[in-house]
Amino acid sequence: MTEITGAQSLIQSLESSGVDTVFGIPGGAILPAYDPMMDSKKVRHILVRHEQGAGHAAEGYAQVTGRVGVCMATSGPGATNLVTPIADAHMDSVPMVAITGQVPSNAIGTDAFQEADIRGITFPITKHNYLVTKADDIPRAIAEAFHLALTGRPGPVLVDISKDALNAKTTFNWPPVMNLPGYHPTTKPNSKRVKEAAERIVAAKKPVLYVGGGVIRSNAFKELLQLAELTQIPVVTTLMARGAFPDSHPQHLGMPGMHGSVAAVGSLQQSDLLIALGTRFDDRVTGQLSSFAPEADVIHVDIDPAEIGKNRFAHVPIVGDAKETIIELVAALKDEHKAGRTGNYEAWWANLNRLRTEYPLGYDHPVDGSLSPQYVIERIGAITGPDAIYAAGVGQHQMWAAQFVKYEKPGTWLNSGGLGTMGYAIPAAMGAKVGAPDKDVWAIDGDGCFQMTNQELATCTINNIPIKVGLINNNALGMVRQWQSLFYNNRYSNTDLNSNRVPDFVKLADAYGCHGLRCETREEVDKTIEKALGLNDAPVVIDFVVHKDAMVWPMVAAGMSNSEIKFARDMAPQWMRSDDE
Amino acid sequence: MSRHTLSVLVEDQPGVLARIASLFARRGFNIESLAVGPTETEGVSRMTIVVNVAESPLEQVTKQLNKLINVLKIVELDNTAAVQRELLLVKVKSDNNSRSAILETVSLFRAKVVDVAPDAITIEATGNHDKIQALLKVLEEYGIKELVQSGMVAIGRGAKAVSDRTLRSS
Repeated sequence: MTEITGAQSLIQSLESSGVDTVFGIPGGAILPAYDPMMDSKKVRHILVRHEQGAGHAAEGYAQVTGRVGVCMATSGPGATNLVTPIADAHMDSVPMVAITGQVPSNAIGTDAFQEADIRGITFPITKHNYLVTKADDIPRAIAEAFHLALTGRPGPVLVDISKDALNAKTTFNWPPVMNLPGYHPTTKPNSKRVKEAAERIVAAKKPVLYVGGGVIRSNAFKELLQLAELTQIPVVTTLMARGAFPDSHPQHLGMPGMHGSVAAVGSLQQSDLLIALGTRFDDRVTGQLSSFAPEADVIHVDIDPAEIGKNRFAHVPIVGDAKETIIELVAALKDEHKAGRTGNYEAWWANLNRLRTEYPLGYDHPVDGSLSPQYVIERIGAITGPDAIYAAGVGQHQMWAAQFVKYEKPGTWLNSGGLGTMGYAIPAAMGAKVGAPDKDVWAIDGDGCFQMTNQELATCTINNIPIKVGLINNNALGMVRQWQSLFYNNRYSNTDLNSNRVPDFVKLADAYGCHGLRCETREEVDKTIEKALGLNDAPVVIDFVVHKDAMVWPMVAAGMSNSEIKFARDMAPQWMRSDDE
Repeated sequence: MSRHTLSVLVEDQPGVLARIASLFARRGFNIESLAVGPTETEGVSRMTIVVNVAESPLEQVTKQLNKLINVLKIVELDNTAAVQRELLLVKVKSDNNSRSAILETVSLFRAKVVDVAPDAITIEATGNHDKIQALLKVLEEYGIKELVQSGMVAIGRGAKAVSDRTLRSS
């Protein structure tokens, strides 16, 4: 067998794993890998401008392709710059493999130049990680990393490879024998529990399908639709699950949680049975845990046993893949229906329909004639349509993008749900566009977020990745400012970004080789969006100068009960009418 | 809150102790005692971890431990159905007046003298947590100069081995 270097073995391992795209930046310790990378016919390496961009791009790529996203960086600062996207992928269960160079093995532990213990640093934020110091171990580590990242509950896996291992001679064998005796994800649900779940569902009076991102990860879109239509149970989709169930579907009540719709939040609060699918009862969904869905029993389906019972007791715990479980649940429900047992949710729907009619999502146009950010986002979604991909940063614009863009398909909404990483949008949109080059990809970003990662616009221009950036520029760290308005007596400590003065985003876009557009009035909104959609020779940045004081409503204040939701400032919904029940 | 003894079979890989320690720290659990050593199977180590927690957080930490790729199996060893041992080495002040009384205590606890100096005796004792604590309490009055204690190790009673099922399935 011909001898090759560890670096060549790494590139061949990536090729054999089906990798076609790597986002990264070279540096000293990873340099040997970049030499054979140059010759690879299968792997396209996209040189980013900051390693964080590589990581989020890998996340965006993974989520639109359903495959593992790959990023690469050198040792020390290169690796530590990946920490944020790795933590992000861990929180949102995104399949990702991060490959980092490490100082030569004889220098490990000596505080060598650009040495950081990235394996130790990423223990708590990876599904698993490796430090490889022998060239012979590279294929197995890569094969295991891809297997771990994509199976079970997906997540990030880091492979740290010492420079001497990359330089050493080895031989290449594929597939290598994987050795993971401690890894046996349960995907097949326990059929007794599934039967029990079906029995409870038909017996319930006020059930809700509480759908999380796991449904998207397990590709269970069709199955969920079937389950919902079979049972006629109302559906709520969490921030991570937007697109898992069509927004246009009459059974869809919207998003639950801190900025959820009154109907979605209210349905959970009044429910007697939550059918939780691939969701983890996150604090942004539950609000004050002790008063969350106080009447409800819980059927909890999750592929990660540790999520079941972590925050909320599950009366019917089901460990399994969402898709497999829903298929079995549908079968079990059909058996119940055949036996004449079907749920009757008429009264329940009457109540929920009243909530959704009386408290729809809404916003006002500012009286001073300035642009409403919600309107801008709503128009972006309406004009571009449900086939496009929308990535958001974190903050007000993210919540509005979750509320006012209408999602019909899974994998069309990308955001940093768990970690809440500002700066996610542009690199994630870049990765998404690489994964789905024929789709329109919007980064709906804020002026705060934009200034954290806009350097990747250079990457987009150079590599012909024409994303659209809808920059919701309110001159402020809007969500923080909103909290200051509501809870800190309008004392705006350090939230004014002065983005109206510096930088000039249109000029900045121009400097990056992008089309820079500005839109300041309602009349210009549609025209500008349409113009942007027609420009595909370079990325487009639209500076939407919007009203500063717009707030995200509805809102449940942090730590409060969801029943205390306000649909506008100081406006609480009326949960019950005397004629209900 | 109560004491629980977890027997954790892990792959003998570099960093596995750090992974487990980091998990306990991150999830806010205090490890009361920890002992690690090889097992009858090459490449498999066994950790005996004693934690002081309530029932539901214990379930959570067990599930989180199970998610670690290098963890093969976790068994909670019931205090009554397992033999538990700690090792103690303790250096006690002694002189001609106290020596014989100390030796009597040593024999009462079926401990051993491992070193004698003119003004000190070093004692070795094994036993469960309560026995070691009882011995220390008696020795305290003579003056303890130094003591070192191992983490607890534990093994289930009867013919079954903790590793039985794991090794078959792998």
